[in-house]
Amino acid sequence: MAFESLSDRLQATMKKIRGRGKVSENDVKQMMREIRLALLEADVNFKVVKAFIKKVQERAVGQEVMKSLTPGQQIIKVVQEELTELMGGEQTKLNFSLKPPTVLLFVGLQGAGKTTSAAKLANHIRKNNNKKPLMIAADIYRPAAIKQLQTLGAQLSIPVFSLGDQVNPVDIVRQGMDQARADHNDLVIIDTAGRLHIDEGLMNELDQIKEVSHPDEVFLVVDAMTGQDAVNVARAFNDRLDLTGVIMTKLDGDTRGGAALSIRSVTGKPIKFVGMGEKMDALEPFHPDRMASRILGMGDVLSLIEKAQATIDEEKARDMQQKLLSVSFTFDDFLEQIGQVRNMGPLEDLLAMMPGANKFKGMKNMQIDEKKIDQTEAIIRSMTSHEKTEPEIINASRKKRIALGSGTSVADVNRLLKQFKDMKKMMKQFMGKAKGKKRNPFNLPFM
Amino acid sequence: MNFFNKMKDKLTGKSTAMNEKFKDGLTKTRKTFAERMNQLVKRYRKVDEDFFDELEEILIESDVGMNTVMDLVDRLKDESRARNIKDTDKLKDVIVEVLAEFLTKDNEETKLNMNPNGLTVILVVGVNGAGKTTTVGKLAGRLKNEGKHVLLAAADTFRAGAIEQLQVWGDRTGIDVIKHQEGSDPASVVYDAMQAAKSRKVDVLICDTAGRLQNKVNLMKELEKIKRVISRECPGAPHEVLLVLDATTGQNALSQAKLFRQASEVTGIALTKLDGTAKGGIVLAIRNEMDIPVKLVGLGEQLNDLQTFDADAFLYGLFSELFQNENEDTEDQ
Repeated sequence: MAFESLSDRLQATMKKIRGRGKVSENDVKQMMREIRLALLEADVNFKVVKAFIKKVQERAVGQEVMKSLTPGQQIIKVVQEELTELMGGEQTKLNFSLKPPTVLLFVGLQGAGKTTSAAKLANHIRKNNNKKPLMIAADIYRPAAIKQLQTLGAQLSIPVFSLGDQVNPVDIVRQGMDQARADHNDLVIIDTAGRLHIDEGLMNELDQIKEVSHPDEVFLVVDAMTGQDAVNVARAFNDRLDLTGVIMTKLDGDTRGGAALSIRSVTGKPIKFVGMGEKMDALEPFHPDRMASRILGMGDVLSLIEKAQATIDEEKARDMQQKLLSVSFTFDDFLEQIGQVRNMGPLEDLLAMMPGANKFKGMKNMQIDEKKIDQTEAIIRSMTSHEKTEPEIINASRKKRIALGSGTSVADVNRLLKQFKDMKKMMKQFMGKAKGKKRNPFNLPFM
Repeated sequence: MNFFNKMKDKLTGKSTAMNEKFKDGLTKTRKTFAERMNQLVKRYRKVDEDFFDELEEILIESDVGMNTVMDLVDRLKDESRARNIKDTDKLKDVIVEVLAEFLTKDNEETKLNMNPNGLTVILVVGVNGAGKTTTVGKLAGRLKNEGKHVLLAAADTFRAGAIEQLQVWGDRTGIDVIKHQEGSDPASVVYDAMQAAKSRKVDVLICDTAGRLQNKVNLMKELEKIKRVISRECPGAPHEVLLVLDATTGQNALSQAKLFRQASEVTGIALTKLDGTAKGGIVLAIRNEMDIPVKLVGLGEQLNDLQTFDADAFLYGLFSELFQNENEDTEDQ
């Protein structure tokens, strides 16, 4: 859950102000101090923090907040707006070349995640923009870096151009570009070796690679866990190569990701994508506004809805709703529901997006055990179809058989049966109360 | 005698090559840090709140982290009051003294834990991209040069190309690598490696593992399992669990240290990529907030750029310029 501590802190501060009629200048000062500490602990560059606090304070002490009828609300709004602004305002899209191929160059420090991100983005663009990508393996320094890109390419069925690790990277890129034109690839992705921004020789090499490839995008790949130094790295790469954007990786960790806040404001270059996991589809466009809401603990509802739309079959969902309404909900439907929610990704990630999810005590440390869900699935799959539709017939000996078949105990089976019964009961109650209203589709017994 | 000379004396017994290595690797770190300290001292003649505020900022910008910065500054305030220091130039010595105290702490053992009789198992863990495989390769080469019979286990079965990467290091150093196919169970790789290590009577087995973010519960459980397998096959092992930390990491390094320790009882830290970062502050935070010693430091890309962490040498590299400047200044006057 990225940024959780930052939102915790801000929320605690906001709570003190919320619900109070008036805000004194002293209150504002206190709040600014808290926000400053939170941002610094989150690894936001301290110069950026200073500028941010100054801006917020000016607006907060000024007319806007003090004279407002709801000063608490107002200050949250100011912080949120400025936070969004700091992270780049509107979401920025990819630059595509009018004359194919579009060329994307990946640069960054060692271990930032260039190769993984390169493959993820190739996959992403192919899927969403209908392009025919070629990846060029220009990292000849790290052992087996080429092999890594080739393996990922094979997984995704995306061709990889390589000349081994004995050829100069500039030549590799030059020949790779020729190859792309010959094969009519309209997207070229160049993976380069990780290097230090102070390594003159290797930075020169990037200059040359840029010269022979004329990239439409030069992406700096940055580890979200980077500390204060992130801005120096970004600035050095930007001065040298005139970056067009930033890709932030490993945001699925528990880092507070302050680097995300600083880089844009220091270099003026937008964060375009974020890496959210190890799977090849775990790359998402960066939404500054949503991330700001998430930092403030307002939940990333838009992403959640988008995710649901992308993975849940609409017809099936309507079907399911019908079943919920008519209480003809069986274990088969239950199984399907689990599958649909699971398609959306790890449950922890989903939970992180729910508004106010981190407000609940203990929720922060709650880990949804995916194994438990496996177990639930196994139990249901060990039932006969008759048992699935009419769970009432499950007697002691059937329970024993189900437990044996699913590798669980009778107690586990009992627990699930009880949960299922409770769930149905709950649905009946819902029916009485809110007829016609939309049901929460995430109402699963294990959540 | 000022701190620099004291340090010099202390170091005469140590190999100058090592000191030079630290100095080279830390050039960038030393420059910015020392420059800023000098500017600070020049700007503020008197020791007052503003001076400490700015010192705080310098330390924060070096990734030292709020908690440790507060501790440090409180200590400095106490010291300056106790010794009645009003001149910032005089406080410079105290600053370095206090930093040295934070860094060296109680002179913890920074040598690797080795089993004096029989097999030593070293488990290497960390987040993605920290530099685990590279550290394993360098460490293996170093131990082999010391005359040890070394074996490697390629237990990163997840990341594409990871096994090949370790194999390249194995070929370079002439060390055998026990490996399975990509996607296989890492615990079973480690099991096989343990059997091989015992039957071949090797001195040191180093297990490379897949990078994992510390908040991924299932992956941390996998790590626990790997460790269990090692302990079951060889009581007392692993003798060393090294957490590999990227020195450019900010405050998240503390969370990494906490959670990896929970899962695998980390015994030491290998701080990598220290040649690149402009700050070395995370070392102070790690020393102050964790009782895990920093044992190895990665200062460059070459095989012999992995060094035993030496707080004295580290400080020498960090501050030599600061005090050389000071000496020049006094000569000018």
